[in-house]
Amino acid sequence: MPRINSPAELEEFRKDIMSKRDPKRPCIAVCTGTGCLALGAAKVVAAFKEELKKQGLQRKVDIRETGCPGFCERGPLIVIHPEEICYLRVQPGDAEEIISQTILAKKIIDRLLYVDPITGEKIIHESEIPFYKNQKRHLLGNNIKIDPKSIVDYLAVGGYSALAKALSQETPEQVVEMVKDSNLRGRGGAGFPAGKKWEFARKSPGDTKYVVVNADEGDPGAFMDRAVLEGNPFSVLEGLTIGAYAIGSHEGYFYVRQEYPLAVENVTLAIKQAEEYGFLGKNILGSGFDFTVKVHRGAGAFVCGEETSLLRSLEGKPGEPRARPPYPAVKGLRDKPTNINNVETWANIPLIVTNGPEFLTSIGTKGSTGTKIFSLVGKVNNTGLVEVPMGITLRDIIYKVGGGVPGGKKFKAVQTGGPSGGCIPEKHLDIKVDFDELRKVGAIMGSGGMIVMDEDTCMVDVAKYFLNFLTGESCGKCTPCREGIRQMLKILTNISGGKGREGDIELLEELAQTTRDASLCALGGTAPNPVLNTIRYFRDEYEAHIKEKRCPAYVCKELIAYHIDPEKCQACMICLRKCPAQAISGGKKQIHVIDQEKCTKCGTCFEVCPARFDAVRRLSGVPVPPPIPEEARMIVRESKQK
Amino acid sequence: MDNAKIDNIIDKYPSDPSSLIQVLLDIQHENRWLPEEALKRVSEKLRVPLNRIQHIITFYKAFSVVPKGRHEIHVCTGTACHVRGAPRLLSTVQDLTGIKPGETDQDLKFSLETVNCVGCCALGPVMVVDGEYHGNMAPAKSEDVLKEYE
Amino acid sequence: MSEILLQIDGREVEAKEGMTILEAARSAGIFIPTLCHHEKLEPYGACRICVVEADVGGRTSLVASCLYPVEKNLVVRTRSEKVDKTRKMILELLLAHAPDAPALQELVQQYGADKDRFEKESSFCVLCGLCVRYCTEVKKKNAIGFFDRGARREINFIPEIASRECWNCKECFPLCPTSYLQAAYHLTEALAFPSPSFLIRVRGTGNA
Repeated sequence: MPRINSPAELEEFRKDIMSKRDPKRPCIAVCTGTGCLALGAAKVVAAFKEELKKQGLQRKVDIRETGCPGFCERGPLIVIHPEEICYLRVQPGDAEEIISQTILAKKIIDRLLYVDPITGEKIIHESEIPFYKNQKRHLLGNNIKIDPKSIVDYLAVGGYSALAKALSQETPEQVVEMVKDSNLRGRGGAGFPAGKKWEFARKSPGDTKYVVVNADEGDPGAFMDRAVLEGNPFSVLEGLTIGAYAIGSHEGYFYVRQEYPLAVENVTLAIKQAEEYGFLGKNILGSGFDFTVKVHRGAGAFVCGEETSLLRSLEGKPGEPRARPPYPAVKGLRDKPTNINNVETWANIPLIVTNGPEFLTSIGTKGSTGTKIFSLVGKVNNTGLVEVPMGITLRDIIYKVGGGVPGGKKFKAVQTGGPSGGCIPEKHLDIKVDFDELRKVGAIMGSGGMIVMDEDTCMVDVAKYFLNFLTGESCGKCTPCREGIRQMLKILTNISGGKGREGDIELLEELAQTTRDASLCALGGTAPNPVLNTIRYFRDEYEAHIKEKRCPAYVCKELIAYHIDPEKCQACMICLRKCPAQAISGGKKQIHVIDQEKCTKCGTCFEVCPARFDAVRRLSGVPVPPPIPEEARMIVRESKQK
Repeated sequence: MDNAKIDNIIDKYPSDPSSLIQVLLDIQHENRWLPEEALKRVSEKLRVPLNRIQHIITFYKAFSVVPKGRHEIHVCTGTACHVRGAPRLLSTVQDLTGIKPGETDQDLKFSLETVNCVGCCALGPVMVVDGEYHGNMAPAKSEDVLKEYE
Repeated sequence: MSEILLQIDGREVEAKEGMTILEAARSAGIFIPTLCHHEKLEPYGACRICVVEADVGGRTSLVASCLYPVEKNLVVRTRSEKVDKTRKMILELLLAHAPDAPALQELVQQYGADKDRFEKESSFCVLCGLCVRYCTEVKKKNAIGFFDRGARREINFIPEIASRECWNCKECFPLCPTSYLQAAYHLTEALAFPSPSFLIRVRGTGNA
């Protein structure tokens, strides 16, 4: 490993790499991000490797294990370079055919292609698939092209040219100005202008300053940062190094949640390779600038995503937030000026330095420039990670990119911002995704979690879910958060349990007020958001639960019952056998009956009853019809044939 | 866990209080739980008072102060899995194993935990057993999966 | 130390840089109620009883006066409709734990807090943290600490340390606003301290 000592040497090295790479050489890129690994991608890779060996092609065809390109719904996913043929839901058994047909014979295997659900058209090239076509993948685009464990791959796609430029052509102040001009706003959720934050840290007195990558990504349902860290850790590392230079810091930290072992592994490896090549350490690229980075794992606490809690955790303490002011830019890690930014924010930095601030300002809205990665999940067809320009409408994300709601169900709401956010109903689907626009409708951008909900989602249950999450994740130090959330959760539990009372909504609103106004940190301060927001848009559901003891979406267990319609039941025994609580009685010719005492409301019978019978009904707010008498339960099939 | 092993772990990090969580994570990973003697050793060597260590191991969910079962089940209760039916899955797994999240069964066979999003939302609801991911887990399927574990 | 001029309840108050709003108010004879605050301890900001309205950067927000540093031209209101409503609610939340706590009764009267607003909780600790902080910061014995987080947060004695140190000390006892601390101590002593014969030996050698 040669140590690269100057920008000129870097370009030489890069030229050397490119000269040794044949752009026409076939390469099978297999996504080995956590999602595809869970679907068996490792076996797919092994199958390819074995098949190549069998056919004696190891030296002629490359296999590249890459990070996540986002189309998680269709994994395991491969892209064959240079043609960019995209195959979806690849199984190990397909390896032989892919190599023989596509690699050697240059034939396309139709059954592995993406099929447009409306036109039926089969699409070959990755970039033409509607899921990708409507995105702008500045940050994720390289994921399918590089092996995240290889710095050479990163250099081959232009990596570290931004750092070289910053160190050799810009002063630290100029770099700060570039970031300010780009109007990059923090991608962690609060949306504070990154350039301004950098400037505060830069201007704080003191020689010891720290820069930190917040990779705690605690919002349940959000995994954008995981994909960036697993798939392109060098991009974040390069951004961090540029930031350290701009602010005047020589020591940096990645704070990565321990629930992401692959991200921890890839970041650690990236740091090691960067050190070997001279992109970290002393006198980086001959600039005189020194910088070292360490990886620090989280230990399972959502609150540590809050910057002051994160710093406490970095110091080996419990993650209790600190009051601000003083802000971390003035008094942060070990009371020194510290700049913390989210993974995605850091990943934007090399793009700004290489291409200028216009790279961001030319996309998006005035108040929200650049792109944003969202994890589009829940009741949506194309579940996965999408990177779109700010200013795109929610409708376009959900329908154009996401392919709409599956199963013919009706869209109900889209939840953004995690436990600090809100659910946006249908009438606001045409708003532009923008920090300020989302606030206006009572939600927030958040870190990027975008959970689509349909008619089967109960909004009271959603509010209860988030409060339940927060009551365990709150550090518990301050009264309004600990006790306020505790009491709000009690009320919501009562409402969803059929014990709601008149005045509950008003009490919730009063508690919400105190919790929001007087909490020590933003966890408590934003905890009431999901409650207030669902009351705002779905008050009718709350009222149905309280006044009629009815759950319109058939979710709240205490308020629903499953019932087998004796007119429709054909005694096929499927539900009887599958019932995990053995609550269904009946026989081959005996109409099935659910014992309401034993029923755990798991919904299995409802799911497995064959569609042509459609005999299981969900009831809510009405009494369950008593079982028909034993004698009437015998199915007389002969009479039906008559 | 003997002192030599613990000291090995401690020596990998700077010997000051800020290494506390990293050290405990490594001990937890290797030993699968944190026995009291290990905590006392860490307290001595890193010069951190026991009350802070106690707070940390109860504050952060990665740590376990009781031995874990042979097989660790993690049911994802992230928002995406939640709207896809994770509560029903969790309820069924609880019934099958006889334990609640945070508990280990009497035979030390299974330990159950909930986890707030493993980042596999496309496969929701997700259940991870011993690091192996099982996606699209309808409650009824969980019995078949758990049967495979001795 | 430079002088900073701020406004509290319509009065001009002179404060020194580095002071908190609470310190500035007290120096001017303006009263702000507190619960988890203690002169011998670092300000904690947990109970939030001391919240006041502060106009900063064109916005008004509630801040904990025990922690918020004074700034030039800061405008502070120690009482207002919002402040009073908030203090009342915080008291009611605490009363769900300790309805008869002596330290709270005067405030309960003053703010019209309803002891029965919320159903009673099982623990009557209000988690003001005075005991833990006193033992850590002043006595430096670390015999008691916080455990867990969120709604499950609680205080516990560390039996091995408490059995050595607390017998002769107990300086934290009078600090507890609800007397939960004394109860916790006696329970720990009964259930978790090493056996009496061991203790006698330890104390007998004067190594307590």
